[in-house]
Amino acid sequence: MDAADRTEGHVSLRGLRKVFAEVVAVESLDLDVAPGEFFSLLGPSGCGKTTTLRMIGGFEEPTEGRVLLSGRDVTGLPPYRRDVNTVFQSYALFPHLDVFENVAFGLRRKKLPKDEIKRRVADALDLVALSGYERRKPSQLSGGQQQRVALARALVNSPQVLLLDEPLGALDLKIRKRMQLELKRIQEEVGITFLYVTHDQEEAMTMSDRLAVMRDGRVEQVGDPETVYEHPATEFVAGFLGASNLLTGEVKDRSSGLVAVALEGGSLAAIPEHRFNGTGARVKLGVRPEKITLQPPDDPVPPGANHVDGLLRMATFIGVGHQYEIEGPGGTPLRVYAQNVGTRRDFSPGDRVRLVWDPEHTFVVNDEEGVGDDEPR
Amino acid sequence: MEQHVRSDHPVLSLGLRKRLAPYLLSFPGGLWLLVFFLVPLVAILSVSLQTGNPIKGYALTWHFSEYVDAVRTYHAQFVRSFIYGSISTVLSLVLMYPIAYWIAFYGGRHKSTYLLLVLLPFFVSFLIRTLAWQFILADQGIVLGTLKSWHFLPQSLHVLSTPYAVVAGLTYNELPFMALPIYVALEKIDPSVIEAAADLYANRTQRFLRVILPLSSAGVYAGILLIFVTNTGDYVSASLLGGPSTTMIGNIIQTQYLENSNYPMASALSTILMAAMLIGMYLYARTFGTRSIEEFV
Repeated sequence: MDAADRTEGHVSLRGLRKVFAEVVAVESLDLDVAPGEFFSLLGPSGCGKTTTLRMIGGFEEPTEGRVLLSGRDVTGLPPYRRDVNTVFQSYALFPHLDVFENVAFGLRRKKLPKDEIKRRVADALDLVALSGYERRKPSQLSGGQQQRVALARALVNSPQVLLLDEPLGALDLKIRKRMQLELKRIQEEVGITFLYVTHDQEEAMTMSDRLAVMRDGRVEQVGDPETVYEHPATEFVAGFLGASNLLTGEVKDRSSGLVAVALEGGSLAAIPEHRFNGTGARVKLGVRPEKITLQPPDDPVPPGANHVDGLLRMATFIGVGHQYEIEGPGGTPLRVYAQNVGTRRDFSPGDRVRLVWDPEHTFVVNDEEGVGDDEPR
Repeated sequence: MEQHVRSDHPVLSLGLRKRLAPYLLSFPGGLWLLVFFLVPLVAILSVSLQTGNPIKGYALTWHFSEYVDAVRTYHAQFVRSFIYGSISTVLSLVLMYPIAYWIAFYGGRHKSTYLLLVLLPFFVSFLIRTLAWQFILADQGIVLGTLKSWHFLPQSLHVLSTPYAVVAGLTYNELPFMALPIYVALEKIDPSVIEAAADLYANRTQRFLRVILPLSSAGVYAGILLIFVTNTGDYVSASLLGGPSTTMIGNIIQTQYLENSNYPMASALSTILMAAMLIGMYLYARTFGTRSIEEFV
């Protein structure tokens, strides 16, 4: 292996397609993951993310397309001929072997000298903070510990790419949160490309350098977490990565660098021209709940801000903030989140309210039908 | 929060009933074993220490001479039984492991059909099946006779009355008892564990030797135990498929008991056989068994 090789750890998927008994699991997928990147495949169950990962690992043969690892075509190679390792959702530890032998398994198959195996296993267990557990059997470990053994067992081989298939899915929330940070730390320490599959958008955003949102076997959007969150390309992405308010409207004027859109209910909203990707007259505007400020309907709107009026239906105190459910123009349900900074104005259900936000915080998605019912968890 | 625990037996507390339950559940089986296993065992041990003859009857004299005689006269049959038992056990392992493997991993939706097929011969009496073998293996029988008349086999070839016929009969008769425990063990293996081995650079052979075989060892262990014990003590195969040179210890016990009415000798032989097998099994369990069983608890 050439350490100076720039493509080391590069993953390229070219026109990848997978059909299971006439059900299309993955459709014309093109993706590039940069060396050393923490990349997540995010999507609801059945979106094809795990199938994609399994095709990279060599557990599934693509129906069409190619998988390139570090520039080399590995399509058709069995898993044991690929320089990638996998952390399985169920951990898949060898129940008959102790922790040491589990971690040493790959190194033994590579026929490394005994001293080196011993040293590398010790290092790997140290990395996941499990030194001293060498002689335990997997059944004697907690879920979190088993998960870390699985991680050490894969990392000890220094693969070019590490594949992780919802590795934290079976852990409880508290351990999961800790492991997310732990995984990120380990990834930065070892510098290996991590390809991470999850259905948890918060998990993906916490750890990833970049992520791809998948749906029905296709990639909807690729980008860094901030871009994908702030400027979702589709209604599905907007709905999957947290809550969003969507308002339908019609483009009225796009002459002055700001596009004017007439919203349902009469008010006019402005969006910066560069946010606009579509050309159609009907558009859907989106605003994240935390970007909206509530004010009484009679207060003047700050200059340049967008606004709509609505009727407050429900106000919920959730500790760090308040959550408001509002009935917008045409009955559109809207949600506003206000952080608890101690300067809250009191609104009660039944009040008329005005929702105000900065045009910069508006995003545009293509107006499509019947999407967004996949509630992210 | 108050809740009423409804009980049909208000006299017995819930805790007491919970503690009694296992005893009550094992009572019928325990009684059965006591009456039909422990009592005959003690009876056999006491008969083996009796002396006398079939006409005048036997009396308990605490003489161990039968044991000395038994070993001196029949050591050849003991050794032969252990050899036949071992060979037939190894053969059924070699024959059934691949079948169990195939059903467990490639059986798909039809797993239970295939298992039923393996078990199907068992719906026919064991005696009838061995008699059928006798028919098939006879010198001028349906198989050998036909092959001989086509000159595929020499006329002088005999299968019946040879050790091959006896071992083949022993092997055949117990095949499902090897297949079933191995199947159960293989079926329990999480497929992702095998994928993990492939991911960690193990090729097909290594995956089998390092992961699948060790994980199915409890089933192999159980199969070996069941078949070795049954086959070593068997007398039907040897008496129907064998000849004078293939007599097993089971045949001797049968003859001594039913034909010669030499109950002390038959009992002594049985006791020696049982003791030898217990010692063998103990050593086997110490070497392989406990480890593979412990791994699953």
